[in-house]
Amino acid sequence: MSHTTQPIRTTEPVNFSEALLGKMDRAIQQFPEGKQKSAILTLLHLAQAELGWISVPTMDKIAEILHIQAIEVYEVATFYTMFHLEPVGKYVFEVCRTGPCMLVGSDQLIEHIGQRLNIGVGETTEDGLFTLKTAECLGGCGYGPLLQCRHRFHEHLTPEKVDALIEQYRQGTIEPGAL
Amino acid sequence: MNNRKLLLEHLEVPGIEGIDVYVKHGGYNTLEKALKKMSPEEVVEEVKKSGLRGRGGAGFPTGMKWSFLAKPEGIPRYLVCNADESEPGTFKDRFLMEKIPHLLVEAMVLSSYALGANTSYIYIRGEYMYLLEILEKAIQEAYAKGFLGKNIMGSGFDHDLVVTPGGGAYICGEETALLESLEGKRGNPRIKPPFPAVKGLWGCPTVVNNVETIAAVVSIVRDGGEAYAAIGIGKSTGTKLISACGNLVRPGVYEIELGMTVEEFIYGDDYCRGIANGKKLKACVPGGSSVPILPHYLVTKTAAGEDRLMTYESLADGGFKTGSMLGSGGFIVFDEDQCIVRNTWNFTRFYAHESCGQCSPCREGTGWMEKVLHRLETGKGQLHDIDLLADINKKIEGNTICPLGDAAAWPVAAAIHHFREEFEWHVTHPEEAQTRNYGLIQQPVVA
Repeated sequence: MSHTTQPIRTTEPVNFSEALLGKMDRAIQQFPEGKQKSAILTLLHLAQAELGWISVPTMDKIAEILHIQAIEVYEVATFYTMFHLEPVGKYVFEVCRTGPCMLVGSDQLIEHIGQRLNIGVGETTEDGLFTLKTAECLGGCGYGPLLQCRHRFHEHLTPEKVDALIEQYRQGTIEPGAL
Repeated sequence: MNNRKLLLEHLEVPGIEGIDVYVKHGGYNTLEKALKKMSPEEVVEEVKKSGLRGRGGAGFPTGMKWSFLAKPEGIPRYLVCNADESEPGTFKDRFLMEKIPHLLVEAMVLSSYALGANTSYIYIRGEYMYLLEILEKAIQEAYAKGFLGKNIMGSGFDHDLVVTPGGGAYICGEETALLESLEGKRGNPRIKPPFPAVKGLWGCPTVVNNVETIAAVVSIVRDGGEAYAAIGIGKSTGTKLISACGNLVRPGVYEIELGMTVEEFIYGDDYCRGIANGKKLKACVPGGSSVPILPHYLVTKTAAGEDRLMTYESLADGGFKTGSMLGSGGFIVFDEDQCIVRNTWNFTRFYAHESCGQCSPCREGTGWMEKVLHRLETGKGQLHDIDLLADINKKIEGNTICPLGDAAAWPVAAAIHHFREEFEWHVTHPEEAQTRNYGLIQQPVVA
């Protein structure tokens, strides 16, 4: 199954900025009238880009915006692996671990990042900056080993390159990719 | 070998990702030709003549798929581009969309004209979010130039093109799962029939084609279907993008004429330049993780000793005993140091992770295969585990709604068929198996 994580129940109120609501509205307008549910994945991506993760109140609010039942958002958010259903670090390193990346050293890369950040897979550093996750095939098989962070690919990685990358993220010198 | 480029012809042209340079190099001329001089039926006819086959993996004739599209009065039809590239080993569509986004945009309008679709969608995997922005920019440019929108180039044909992301699910590359996802639902494949050509997106007739398939339509209409069919061998016509990865000197995306030898592709100076670090070839998965693995002695030659060619037919020569498949063109190469058991476990873990869970044989079977393979890989397996895998395999294969079950079962069956002694060695030498890899196999298993 794609996902085993259960969404975390929180009652913390959620606030979508005007800019976010505007982007969501434009996404909905792309689909024919009555088919607004098709924008659900875009809305989840947009909400996650602004809020960092997808909480139950966030899903409830998306349901409200799309005029659908909350369960319709829950079942989608729990199916697709890109949505973080619990709080994560500011920078989530998703390291591809599938066959072609493994052939060129992804196992060793994952181990190295874990040691460097002093966390295991699925964990977040104490300062809340980094979360280490593994991902199944990210579609960069010829450019591995690689990781994705905030919609940006970092490819042809070596221990030295990944150390430099961690430092750059710490310094805040890498802009997010898309969204 | 003479190697024409149809998709990547202008790859090296600076600025080809922008509309002005694209137009300067003949971009959107083919769309104009079709809209002004050809009927939709004539466009479909050229695609049929070209012999183009689906480039996403299944290899189904595109013209035939198009001709199945139902055309009831008063109901919209849709073209959906499958840009959910997620078959391990495959990264060709990403390359094409990033480098020459307007080729896909032009091809979407052109193909939609042939199918009578006034709206089309590109469903792109969420991990390619940066490409979504590249495509949206290209689409905006095309609207501004009048290649999209109302009454395109005075033809009376209206078309809107929308690009929308997935959320990280391999299964959404299956066309009915993709449609479910595009409707804003979980990506559970649908029971067929009805096929999408009759009931697809929102219950309307829909064609779903891979990025590369749609992109090929531009050169087919530009040069004529017969000219396209003249490239290649037999039923493998035209050019194909191959994404090469694994232990190669020069991995990457290459456009080849179908019919090139596998030998040239792996070792040729213009292509992958051989195995990295001076090592020997151990095995190859030539068409994405779902196709059978070939041991080194069946990669460049068929079992009959003929040259193996990069065609649908030659790669499949020998069936599942001694052949494989061209599939998506995800060409994965293993050097002598790689462990087949570990790789088989890794692929199975992928399928177990990506199973949508709706069919028990796939949901349970992939999970059990993963557990058994992990046991073997870590030296805790028994000899009968190897037969247990074959047994689970048979219970999955053919018993599921979509092909993910088969895709998970076939690589395991092929790995055991060709590399059984390596699996057995993991059982008989559990400690040694943790410290070194088995190496090359020398004795072909008799088919």
